[in-house]
Formats: sequence, C-alpha cells, structure tokens
Amino acid sequence: MEEYRLELKNVSKSFGEVKALENVNFQLGQNEIVGLLGDNGAGKSTLIKIITGYYQPTSGEIYFNGKKVERLSVPKARELGVETVFQERALAELQTLWRNIFLGREICNPLGFLDIQQMRDETHRLMTQSMGFTSQAVSPDSRVGRYSGGEKQGVAIVRALFFDAEIIILDEPTMGLSLKETAKLVNFVNGIKEAGKAAIFIDHNILHVYNVADRVVVIDRGRVAGEFLTKNIGLNELMDKMVRVAETGSLS
Amino acid sequence: MKSQTDGNAAEVTQHYKVAFSLRRFARTNSPQLGILGVFLTLWIIFIISAPKTFLSSQIYYAFMSTIPFFAILAIPLTIVVIAKEMDLSFPSIMAMGMVAFSFTYNETAFIGNTTIQVFLGIIAALIAGAIIGWINGFIIVRFGIPSLVVTIGTQFFWRGAVLVLTSGANFTLIYIKSTIFYPMLVGKIGGYFPMQMVWLIVITILGWVLLNRHRFGAHIYLIGDNINSAELMGINTGRTRIRAFMLIGLISAFAGLLYSFYVAYFWPSLGDGYLLSTLASVFLGGTSVFGGTGTILGTFLGAFIIGAIEAATVAIGLTGFWTQLIYGFIIVLSVIMHTYLRKRGE
Repeated sequence: MEEYRLELKNVSKSFGEVKALENVNFQLGQNEIVGLLGDNGAGKSTLIKIITGYYQPTSGEIYFNGKKVERLSVPKARELGVETVFQERALAELQTLWRNIFLGREICNPLGFLDIQQMRDETHRLMTQSMGFTSQAVSPDSRVGRYSGGEKQGVAIVRALFFDAEIIILDEPTMGLSLKETAKLVNFVNGIKEAGKAAIFIDHNILHVYNVADRVVVIDRGRVAGEFLTKNIGLNELMDKMVRVAETGSLS
Repeated sequence: MKSQTDGNAAEVTQHYKVAFSLRRFARTNSPQLGILGVFLTLWIIFIISAPKTFLSSQIYYAFMSTIPFFAILAIPLTIVVIAKEMDLSFPSIMAMGMVAFSFTYNETAFIGNTTIQVFLGIIAALIAGAIIGWINGFIIVRFGIPSLVVTIGTQFFWRGAVLVLTSGANFTLIYIKSTIFYPMLVGKIGGYFPMQMVWLIVITILGWVLLNRHRFGAHIYLIGDNINSAELMGINTGRTRIRAFMLIGLISAFAGLLYSFYVAYFWPSLGDGYLLSTLASVFLGGTSVFGGTGTILGTFLGAFIIGAIEAATVAIGLTGFWTQLIYGFIIVLSVIMHTYLRKRGE
C-alpha cells in the first residue's frame, strides 16, 4: 500500500487540565484533499498547529511519508514541505506582488543581491498560468493591499504551491470572500489536487468543504467523531450527521 | 524554492516587461516625485528671493560641507524607520565613537606613528559604533521593548558614558591634520569640493543598493510592513532588526569622525544638535513612521531642504528667529503631502 504523506497516531494534547485533543488518528494520502470539519473549539486549530510544528503533542506519534518525526518544529515542518495558508494570509500589503510571492525566500546570488528581473518574470508567469489573473490591476509591480480578498487568497495559495509544498494547509480560506471569489478559491484547491499535492482544508462551511474534499474528517470535543469519503455520502446526509454530532457528540 | 526555481528560470525566455506609462511611473514613484517637487519649488523660491546668494556657487560649497554630517546619519535612520523602528541614540553614538577613537590613539602612543595610531583609532570608533548599535538592537529584540523607549534610555546612557570617561573635557585633535586621513575624510578636492560630500554620496548609493537590491533591504520593508507575516514566512526578524541598528551605530560613529576631523576638535556634546535635523530629513523625505515605505532618495533631498532653510532664511532677509518657524511649516506641510500621496498610491 502507498504510504501516507502524513499520519498522526494517537495524538493527544492537553493544556493544563484541558484536553484539547484525545487520541486522534489522522491520515493524509499522497494526493488527497481532506476537509476538516468541526465546531469552534472542537480542536481543529490545535490539530493544525501540531502538524505545522507550532505545538508539541503531549503524547502520540507523527509520521511523514512513513517516517517517524521526533520533536516537530515550525522550521522542520517547512523543510518537510508543510505550507500553511494562514487565516490572516501572511501578506505584506504595502509591498508589490513579486515581493510577496518571494516573501522570505527571495531569489538572490550568494552575496545576497536580489535577482529582481527573475522574480518579476516568475511572478508574471505564475499569475497568468497558475492564478489565471488577467486583470490589469494585478501586475508583478502592483501593491497587494489593493487586491480583493480572493486575489489575496490566490497569492497566498500560489506562493505555497510554488515553493514545492507537499502538504498545503488552508485555514478558513473562504472567510470574508465573496461568492465569486470562493468559486475561484475552489479552483485553486482543485489545482493543488492536479499538481499531485495534498491539502488539508479547514472551514466552517460544510458546502465548501464538501465540494473540494475527497474525504471529510469530523472533529468534536477533541476526538475524531467520524470520517467519510465525499463520493460515498450526499451533502444532505453529511449535514444531518453534523447536526447530530453537535447535539449528541456522536454520529450514530 | 530548491530546484524548481532554477528549472523554471530556463523556460522563462521572454522577460516580463511593461510599456512605459507616465501615469504608472508617477504612481509608483509618488513619494520621490512629491519631495522632488517640494525641493524644486523651495529652490526656485530661494533663487527668486535671494538671487545673489542662490545663483553663486559659494553657497552650494557651503551646503556640501555642512549638510553631509547629518545627511549621512539620515540614510541608515531611513532603513531603521522603514523597519518600523526608531533610533534616538545616534548622537550619543557619534560622541562615544570619538571617545573610543581618542582612547585608542592615546593607548597606542608606544607605536610612535601618528598615522597608524589614527588609523587604529578610526577602526576602534567604527567597532564601538557597531557594538553600541548591536546592544540597542539586542535589548529591543530580546526583551520586546519599543525601540523609541530603549533608545531614549541608551541615548542618555552613552552620553553619560562620554561625560564620565572624558570628565566632560573637550580637547584638540590637531594631530590628525598631519595624517592622510584628514584630506581623505574632510579635505577638499581641487580646493573646492568637500570630501564629506563624496562620503555622503558613497553612503547614499550603498544605502540605496542595500535597501533595494539586497535581501536585507527586502526583509526590512517586509518587517516594517507586517512583522507577523514576515515571521510566519520564516524571516529572522530579530536578526534583521539588530543588523539595522548595527548599521546606524556604525554610520553614526563614522559621522562623528567626520565632524570631529572637520573641526579638529572633540566636544563631549558632539552630535547633540543633529537629532532633530536628521529625524526631520527622514520624515520630510517621505518615509512613513508606520513602516514599510520610504526611500533613500527622498531622505537625501529632505536633508538638503533642511540644510538649506537656515541659510535661505537669512539670505532672504529674515532674521534667524524665523528659521524654526519655517522648518516647522515645511515639515508639517510635507508630511501632509506624503500622507495624501500614499493614500492615492495604494
């Protein structure tokens, strides 16, 4: 069997007395989009922060491509190809697009001098080919602060894709987006799938998750309440189940 | 990034180019154009109201020998302010550098060669400046205290250190005139063109390259714009900011050397008069106190505006009492203009 790109085994995390996660088992396939659903405080963010190395689990094991990783840290997770599209998008809004695309990873010679032409060329190529931006307002030299929410989100995602990300985590990516922009976002996520990468998609909106995810994992009160392949379950059925989980804490 | 960038680079044969558009040029360069407009307007006003003074070359040589002392400081200060930090301690660093200079000069008397002693003194001054800058940066980054607060403290501390170490005494540096370093730092090319102006041009160009063509400068802009984003994307924000403070420390010590060599004398109050003119140059030049935007060229022009106002007030026939009033007026007006241009440019 093909190895999972990422696997968590019996991961628990406590903050003092509070158990944020309890014996969570989670898998992410090589080319799979997993939707993470759950109410506020269910433990989604904690799970994500463990995967990105921000939190250390209290107990449990983390495997990348079948290899166990000890003491996962933020830089280590990045090295392993984990890229996060943060809720706040991590953009520098007064700066130009090319500076944002290469934020923190500028192309430069060994002395540290920037290759601006190459970065602008790459940005232009990414924009037209990957982002599908045709608007005149979006050029490598335009300031990111002027973009719409969807365009900003697109920049953050394309940036993650460009830098050889293996696992892309999208944290509430549709927050504050218009309908049209959300549709664009769905396209981006499909692009991740086509590029042969894996993604974890976190959202409140079941509809968005259902549309893009191959598999949905429902988290409730720090535990995995259930998981479904989206091809095996209808949207209505999933919604019913979510309501039942919210009310009773279990799916059955 | 790894291999992917290299692989793609070969495919990109056609460079991304845009046809020149005056409107786009005006928008992307609005801060520089704004300050250039102010500069030219003031200059024309000066020429019209005092043609005798402002059409003779003499006044320009005078500007070029006095303005560089604080204009040089304004260049690294611009970098610090773009990173959304502040440094108020640079006047004290100027003096502290000179203390390191004269201590080294005196302690190496056994060498018996003035040129070598002065050379070692210069090196000591520059190292002292960089170290004091590092200390500023370290306190700011390590303890997370706003730089404005930290450098108010260190400003007093190092001025105090200067007074304690010299017992408040001023002394002559006349011996430097016999060394090659005197003409190198503050001599006059062909008897006219002041060397301090050459140093200002060199430091301005280096500052521009560092800020616009180097990774360091790219990170400075990003940190000033949004330090959280910079941090999330893996920029070492602490190290970059400490380097910015080291840079202004180093340049402050250099400016201290320039001024002290120029007058061949050491005053323990060295640098005190430069705090506000340097700050004014930076903000007049369009650098935003909110970080993330600012240009070296703007600061360069800002310094010359500040430096010219005093001479102009007198030449126009007003008394010296008017100087500060006009300073204030032009600074406030320019800052309003920059804010307006920035809003339009976004």
